[in-house]
Amino acid sequence: MTYLAKPKLLRTDAPKNSLGYTRRDYEGAISTLCAGCGHDSISAAIVQACFDLDIEPHRVAKLSGIGCSSKTPDYFLGASHGFNTTHGRMPSVLTGAALANRDLTYMGISGDGDSASIGIGQFAHAMRRGVNMTYIVENIGVYGLTKGQFSATADKGSKSKRGVVNNDTPIDLVALALQLGASYVARSFSGDKEQLIPLIKGALRHRGPAFIDVISPCVTFNNHAGSTKSYDYVREHNDAVNRLDFILPRDQINATYAPGELRRIVQHDGSILHLRKLDSDYDPSDRVGAMNHLQERHALGEIVTGLLYVDSSAEDLHRHLNTVEKPLNQLGDAYLCPGSKALDALNASLR
Amino acid sequence: MKPTNIGAHDYFHKVVDCQWACPAHTPVPEYIRLIAAGRYSDAYMINWRSNVFPGILGRVCDRPCEPACRRGRVDTEPVAICRLKRVCADLKDDIQDRLPRAPDKKNGKRIACVGAGPASLTVARDLASIGYQVTVFDSGPLPGGMMRSQIPKFRLPDTVIDEECGYIINLGVETRYNQWVNSLRELVDGDWDAVFVGTGAPRGRDAPIPGRQEAAKYIHIGIEWLANVAFGHTTPISERVIVLGGGATAMDCCRSARRMGGEDVKVIVRSGFEEMKASPWEKEEAIHEGIPILNMRVPKEFRHDNGKLSGVLFEIVRAEYDAKGRRSLIPTGEPDEFHECDEVLVAIGQETAFPWIEKDIGLEFDKWEMPVLNPATLQSTLPKVIFGGDAALGPKNIITAAAQGHEAAISIDLFCRGKDLLKRPPPMTNLVSQKMGIHEWSYDNQVSEEERKKVPVKALEKTLKDIKLELEMGFDPFMACAEAERCLNCDIETVFTAKGCIECDACVDICPTECITFTSNGEEDDLRGRLKAPAKNHDQALYVSDVLKTGRVMVKDENICLHCGMCAERCPTGAWDMQKFFLQCAEAGTEPKRT
Repeated sequence: MTYLAKPKLLRTDAPKNSLGYTRRDYEGAISTLCAGCGHDSISAAIVQACFDLDIEPHRVAKLSGIGCSSKTPDYFLGASHGFNTTHGRMPSVLTGAALANRDLTYMGISGDGDSASIGIGQFAHAMRRGVNMTYIVENIGVYGLTKGQFSATADKGSKSKRGVVNNDTPIDLVALALQLGASYVARSFSGDKEQLIPLIKGALRHRGPAFIDVISPCVTFNNHAGSTKSYDYVREHNDAVNRLDFILPRDQINATYAPGELRRIVQHDGSILHLRKLDSDYDPSDRVGAMNHLQERHALGEIVTGLLYVDSSAEDLHRHLNTVEKPLNQLGDAYLCPGSKALDALNASLR
Repeated sequence: MKPTNIGAHDYFHKVVDCQWACPAHTPVPEYIRLIAAGRYSDAYMINWRSNVFPGILGRVCDRPCEPACRRGRVDTEPVAICRLKRVCADLKDDIQDRLPRAPDKKNGKRIACVGAGPASLTVARDLASIGYQVTVFDSGPLPGGMMRSQIPKFRLPDTVIDEECGYIINLGVETRYNQWVNSLRELVDGDWDAVFVGTGAPRGRDAPIPGRQEAAKYIHIGIEWLANVAFGHTTPISERVIVLGGGATAMDCCRSARRMGGEDVKVIVRSGFEEMKASPWEKEEAIHEGIPILNMRVPKEFRHDNGKLSGVLFEIVRAEYDAKGRRSLIPTGEPDEFHECDEVLVAIGQETAFPWIEKDIGLEFDKWEMPVLNPATLQSTLPKVIFGGDAALGPKNIITAAAQGHEAAISIDLFCRGKDLLKRPPPMTNLVSQKMGIHEWSYDNQVSEEERKKVPVKALEKTLKDIKLELEMGFDPFMACAEAERCLNCDIETVFTAKGCIECDACVDICPTECITFTSNGEEDDLRGRLKAPAKNHDQALYVSDVLKTGRVMVKDENICLHCGMCAERCPTGAWDMQKFFLQCAEAGTEPKRT
């Protein structure tokens, strides 16, 4: 960690996005996490994604629970709305906020403890309800804040820093998300921003629950031989099914692709996902196939990454509940609270 | 690209832009840190060792370091390095007992230095302190050369010159003032083991245009006039003065004329404003004193009434550049311009002059009448005669003269010991980690966001009345500290060890100026374009690491690194470290490297 704030001096030719912001304008406070923590790379990837997408920082709400991962929203998007909820309760608070104001971009930041242990129920229901959000789990496989005990996502047979072997079966949040109805599901690695940044961009522009499981090595407690979430292990066992190029409708497409290599998916807002296949048999629109592929490779000790499943025509919670389009804070008192006569009439209609 | 060899002493030296740009390679960030810490005497001694005249240079140096300063590339203005140098000279304690003493037992070698300017005095200092018997000849009554005769006192008071020349003379240097050397043959044939020529560029160039002879009484050569002012020989100048020329001398002339009675003083120059040889701050100061600068005007004729000057006629030109970038001045065809005046100061350049060197003693001159020298050793074709300062390679500045003085002293020492002059002693370099604790460094790594401090000056009304009253007052300790804190500590180097790196990207994410990238290797041009922030400044190196575990390399663009140490603070494995690079140039007496 560092105590000093980042100097304000920046290169004179620092690029600006169409809103006139530099990348630095999307940063937050200086991180207090351990030096080398994968989470800081994820924060940097979020900064880059928001900068590239010309997102207005004040139109983002970032919510989190408790834990190392849940501290990170302080370290990016310093000008956005933020809410540190109680442990594991980020999904329900976010659901409430999203219902009240659908105009903001919702980002839920959580960890393996926050989402796979104490908050697993919340996680499950946010996915199945179809909340329009980007749900990022910064998955380290241990409880970092309490000195490195195995978390629920630690692989069976992996070793702790002290040499203890984990005998419990891991929870695969990607498999759960697929099964529970997330309409954009990806896995990535904090040490591979080239893969991670476009995945975050695609998720931010996806309508519906977008879930990204980012494996993030804990440099202090889970980056040793015997760990299955260390920098070295993940690099050696990373089995990417595809590479995503995220393309905004306004962008020119310069890349050329070999025939049969590319899968082109248009999202509801016109943004385009170009998926370069690395595994020719993999079909990211086949949910059942994705689940099978994941299980097969996991049995071989491999970590499947990439955009694993996307349903670009998915619908979200607002559609299911037929909620009002306008944010509640713009509706006005008279509309929100029409008075006792209206209540009486409503009650009468139900008798 | 190949992995960068950080063991080569010039790699990190080049990263310290100011030190690299300084002809004498003064360890600038090192003394600036000492100033911030209030250790003025220590800062002075670092300067004194490298550039011999810190108090003088702190006032009148050409400051090649400042345009090079990294701060200027990331902020609006560079660190005020020159004026910080003055601070350590102004605020130091008595340092006389820290100066070297000449050994009691001399080595028996006698050296003659012709001229008592900065180059000669540097030679005298370097050689006298290791046992040589040095004798300095000068036609004037006091040491200092052009520093005393040409630089006006309101910029450089005599007390400063006396003090710093005194430190050298007190080493037991024999002085022969008021003695004009009129024969090199006599010296060469005399009882001298080597002769150093540091006679400067004492001849001011004239403007041989119509009217020059007739109105001669009203037309003066700038450096001669300045010398007369300096020694109190010149009586006040007329009210209306035109200064011809755009260099440092022209600026000194016009500002001196303002103080000697000139009310309407103008500088008129052939070149455009930007191309003028004077430094930007010299031009600013002249303008501040109410002196207009008129550009793109070539003097055509001095007009006069029976020898009484009435003004100067100018042709108006524009600059054109050919494919090789050479400039020619083309008349615009506009009518010539006449500027009335009573007196003219001609400051259009100066030249070396060697009327005292016999043509038949074996010392060759080239077609420009400059001595033929080996640029590495400054030795002439007469082995015993070594040159330095403006006399060697043409007019430059004081700091170059001091740097050449050091080289000449090394050459003389090697020559007197019968060694090969081309086997020069290498500089002393050192590279040491500055880590003191987890987030603690031995330097203040917080980057200051303060603006450059302006040196306070005395009121113009007062200084224009007294040519000896120094205009600038220098920084006080608080301003000095704030200005010193602006230094980015470029000598605290980012040192990367590939085998410690786990490629976690922490350094990439934290770097405020995005100068670190991990990518696949390639040719330099390709690599420069592929960095997180493309490296467009080709004068600045790329630092390329050995191959890492993933097959990639770390590439750091040295251009705008703030040396804030955040990469090293963020690095979980200590693969990045902040290490202080210190380079001290060799001095006469240092043994060359054994091979």
